[in-house]
Parts: sequence; C-alpha cells; structure tokens
Amino acid sequence: MSGRTLFDKVWTLHEVVAESPDTPAVLFIDLHLTHEVTSPQAFAMLAERRLPVRRPDRTLATLDHSTPTRTEQVFGGVPIKLDAAARQVQLLETNAAAFGIELFGMQDARRGIVHVISPELGATQPGMTIVCGDSHTSTHGAFGALAFGIGSTEVGHVFATQCLLQRKPKTFAVNVSGRLARGVTAKDLILAIIGRIGVSGGTGYVLEYRGEAISALSMEERMTICNMSIEAGARAGMIAPDETTFAYLAGRPRAPKGAAWDTAVAAWRLLVSDPDARFDASVDIDASTLEPMITYGTNPGMVVPIGAAIPLTHGDAVNDKALAYMNFHGGDVMLGKPIDVVFIGSCTNGRLEDLQAAARILKGRKVAPGVQLLIVPGSQQVKLAADAEGLGDIFRAAGADWRESGCSMCLGMNGDTVGAGKYAVSTSNRNFEGRQGVGARTLLASPYTAAASAVAGKITDPREML
Amino acid sequence: MEPIRQLRSTTVVMAATNIDTDQIIPARFLTVTTKLGLGKSLFADWRYGADGAPNPAFVLNQPAAAGSRILVAGNNFGCGSSREHAPWALLDYGFRAVVSTAIADIFAGNSLKNGLLPIVVDASTHTWLVANPAAEVRIDLEAQRLTLPNGVATSFPIEAFARHCLMNGLDELGYLESKRAEIEAYERARPA
Repeated sequence: MSGRTLFDKVWTLHEVVAESPDTPAVLFIDLHLTHEVTSPQAFAMLAERRLPVRRPDRTLATLDHSTPTRTEQVFGGVPIKLDAAARQVQLLETNAAAFGIELFGMQDARRGIVHVISPELGATQPGMTIVCGDSHTSTHGAFGALAFGIGSTEVGHVFATQCLLQRKPKTFAVNVSGRLARGVTAKDLILAIIGRIGVSGGTGYVLEYRGEAISALSMEERMTICNMSIEAGARAGMIAPDETTFAYLAGRPRAPKGAAWDTAVAAWRLLVSDPDARFDASVDIDASTLEPMITYGTNPGMVVPIGAAIPLTHGDAVNDKALAYMNFHGGDVMLGKPIDVVFIGSCTNGRLEDLQAAARILKGRKVAPGVQLLIVPGSQQVKLAADAEGLGDIFRAAGADWRESGCSMCLGMNGDTVGAGKYAVSTSNRNFEGRQGVGARTLLASPYTAAASAVAGKITDPREML
Repeated sequence: MEPIRQLRSTTVVMAATNIDTDQIIPARFLTVTTKLGLGKSLFADWRYGADGAPNPAFVLNQPAAAGSRILVAGNNFGCGSSREHAPWALLDYGFRAVVSTAIADIFAGNSLKNGLLPIVVDASTHTWLVANPAAEVRIDLEAQRLTLPNGVATSFPIEAFARHCLMNGLDELGYLESKRAEIEAYERARPA
C-alpha cells in the first residue's frame, strides 16, 4: 500500500461515516466561520425547523463583505449607506445572539475579513476541517487544514449537525522548486500557477503546494497561495505544517497552551504527505524563473509576466471578448498602460506583510495625480499593527486613503467600487467582469506592483522602486 | 423540494467559457436575506444596459429564450464564488438544468441542493447543443440520459445520493440528522 497524502490524513481523521457508492461521507467540521452575506438563509432554515446550532463553540461570526470601510461609518456613528447591507449586519447580530454564536461586531477590535481574523486569533490550526460560506476559505489550507467554501444550504447543515456530506476529492501536487527572486512575491507565484494549470485545472482536486519555494514562504505568503486555489477551480489548497507554522501559532489567543501545545505540535508534525504518497495529478514549477505577474483579461488565468505583451488571440472568441471588455489588444505591452485606481487589501493580500511591502514602495513617494489609492487592512488587528509601526502615516503621506477593515473593493458590494471603464490594479483575487463595480477593469497583481503602479500612474515593474 | 425525474425543454445557449458567479449574479445583489426574487437580477450586467433597459442582443432577451428551462453553457460554468445566490437566481428565473462540458465544484454542489441539475456531457454532444440553439432536449435523471431531438442520447454522471434526493424530493439535512448517533459517538471519541 502506498503512503498517504496530507489531505488523506486530514480527511480520514474527520470521517464520521465513510463514503459508499450510494452515499457521500459524513465529514465532521472542526471550525465553522460565518459572515453576514451567506448566513441569513441558513439561520432562517434553522428557525423554520426549530433547530439549534449544534456546536456554537465551533462557530465564529464576523462582519466583512457588505460593511463600509470609512472610519466615520465604522466608528463615528454615520450609518451604513446601503440599507440592504445595514439589514444584513443587523440580522447577523440578531441571529448570533439568538443562536449563541460569538460575533465580532462592527466596532470589535477583533473584527475583520473572516479569512484574516481566524488565523490571527490562532483559531485556524493544522489538521482541522474548516468551512465557511465563502470560496476563499481555501486560505486556511496554509496551516495544513482542509478548508473549503460552501453554499448557504451547507452552512445550514453545519449549523444543525456540525457535519457535511462530501465526496472525497482527488489530490493534485503542485511542486515548486527554487526560490522566488527579489521583488517576486507569493501573489506572483500563485498567479503563475493558475496561468499554468488554468482556471478549471484544479476542478475536482485538492491542491497540495510542496517544495523548496513553498517551505521558504512565511505563513502570510502561504495564505496568499492557498487563498487563490479556488481560482484554479480547486475547492481547497493545503501546505504541510512545519516550524514556520508552529512559530506563527505559538502564543496566539486561541492556540493551545502549555502541555496541550506540546501535544498538539506532536500531532501536527505527522501531517505531511508520506514520501511514497501518490497524487492523482501533479505539476512542476521553478520559482526562480518567475517575474512579477499581472492579469490582462477577465479571469485570473489570463496572466502574463509584467514585462510581457498580451498574447495574440488568433480569433479565439473567449479571449477576444475578454480583451474587448478590457479595451486591450493582443500584442499590447502591459508596462506603461495608464491606470485609475489601485486597491491594496482583501483576504488575498490584506495582511501585515502585504502592507509592509506596499509601504516599502510608498515611503517617501506620492501617488500619481489622478490616481486613487485605497489601502484596506484585512482586519482591525492588522490596522493596529500597521499603525503601530508607522505604515498608516506612510500611506497617508503618500496620498492613499487608509481605511478600516473589510472586503471592500474586492467585490464591490459595500460602497467601495471602481467606476465603469476605469482600470484598477488590485491585490485581490478576481478580475471577473464587473467584480469591482459595473464595467470596472481589474488587473490583479502583488502589493509591490500595485503600490509601484499607484506611484507611477501606470503599470510599473516594482523592482524599479525596490 | 419538488421531485424531479424528467425534464423536457428547449435550450438557451451561452457558449462563453468560464461564466463565473459574478456574471450569474453580481455581488451588489447579495444583500438579500432570502432566496426569493433573484431571477430578475440573473446575468444583470449582460442582460440590462446602463439605463436598466433590456439589452436586445443578450440571449435571454430574445424571443426564442422564452420558457426555456435548460441553459447550455461553455466549459467551467459557475466558477468563482460560493454564493448559492447563483443557482437561486437561475431557478427563480425558470431554469432547471445547466448543461456544460465542466461545471465548477461549489456551484454544482449548490445546484444539486436546490433542484437545479448540473449536467456534464461529452464534447461532441456539447458542440451539437451549442450549434443548435433552442433545440428541444429531454433529460432523464433516473436513466442519467440526455436525448437530443435527433434521437441521439448520451449518458451523464451525477452523484448517486444527490440524484436519489432529487428524484424523491428529499433534502440532505434529513439524512445528516439521521446520523446523529454516529456524530455523537465521533464527538465523544475525538481527542480534545
């Protein structure tokens, strides 16, 4: 018998009932994260059937998607402008109280994007199963957890039973050798991976990112990688826990303490794919050859090295449609294209290291005239930490708008949007048509590239400013 | 949920690949707190102009689309976010099945839980369907067979338990709740 993958090990540990040809597995969920947008219908189902939340102790709620990011709206008593969003916020407050769930409310210092706050609390831990009604739940796989997004019906299932019905996915090894060069980030790496395997290349699989380049990444960089697994079609991405993982978790508020910590680490050390484990698919990538990446089209797989030209489409209808939306042409060079908006934030790149990277570029420089730079921390804790080391001052001095935490301009449902026809360099995860606002044109890139482009007012290779 | 065994309808064809959930239902329509009424916002940014008037070039605004319950879409339909609002919007509009060569995982799972059939067919069947919009197609869930108007039939895969639930109008929570004893035993045996 061949060895087992990291995924196999975590899956098996959570099988309440194994799958059969007729029925999926019943999988136990260790941690259920929830937010205001995908939970109302699930709470309504509980109320309709008079069911309680089975494990409030394994459930954590926050407000992030539809919430405003302007300080005066979060703290100053200025109401949320969007009535419907205000209703959602109010409804989660009511539901959390009624069902006994811990909620980080609007003014709570622990509030933030759901995928940023759980790791920073130490609630996300290796070997866990973690779900949330949000596709970027894959982020938590950076800790060696099996973490994936679910729909609202499944949110209801987890509320009611702490379990999900699941078919076992296949496994896909993403082997990344070498080391990232200076100025090339985890964001560039995951964009390159998606460019290679395609936006549906991971469908039906759980990805495991492995190899020297992955081991060398910090936890925050690993979260950026796993976050975008879904953009390759994979519900989950995982990275085996190691010393970097344990060092990150040690001392966090919800990480195990004392003897329990030692026991936990001993168990976590076993969560690696066996040397003879077999994967259903694999790809090999050399990190040392990569450059900063930027998307040119309307899905994250339409991506090129920043110095490259947009590929010629030769009449391919999908590419033509994407380029028409972007008002780009095959053969156009990306460098030097003018931009209107820069967004630095999101569950992909809204953590402290991302803000430090942006500050490295922005320190002593100014945002180009006519360009709006919006910097939104992933959580209130990130904001506090950034302000404590003077990043907020650097951002404001550069002319950036430095906000409170939330999903913000990543998905244009909270008042932060990009105007029709405008070009936005964004550190978020999706460049879909209209994702950041009706008619908005999104260029996905790293915090370095985003900050450098804000300063120059055009798409810029950040290595010139580092 | 209403049982579904057979479906017979003309098709609407949207051949573009990678139609994502932000196109199916843009995020600004997610501030709802129920599942109802999303059909009017289905494909909103393609379906309506900036002034809110229907875009006559968009397939759903053309007379042949009226009453169709089967959407034929390009590869990797439903990619992107986990919003169940996507199948809710398609169902509220009137669709009961999406046919493609590949359907994104989370979207497919959400669809099965709401009675929207995610049907993956081979490339040649798909090519025929794309080339013949508004064809009358039969879908037999029990036999897992899709039949074209020319009589050519193709089988499609569908997860066995979801199929059982769809055919009998059951929801999956009832089954999960029936495993209460096993869940309790698991919780007791589990190291803290």
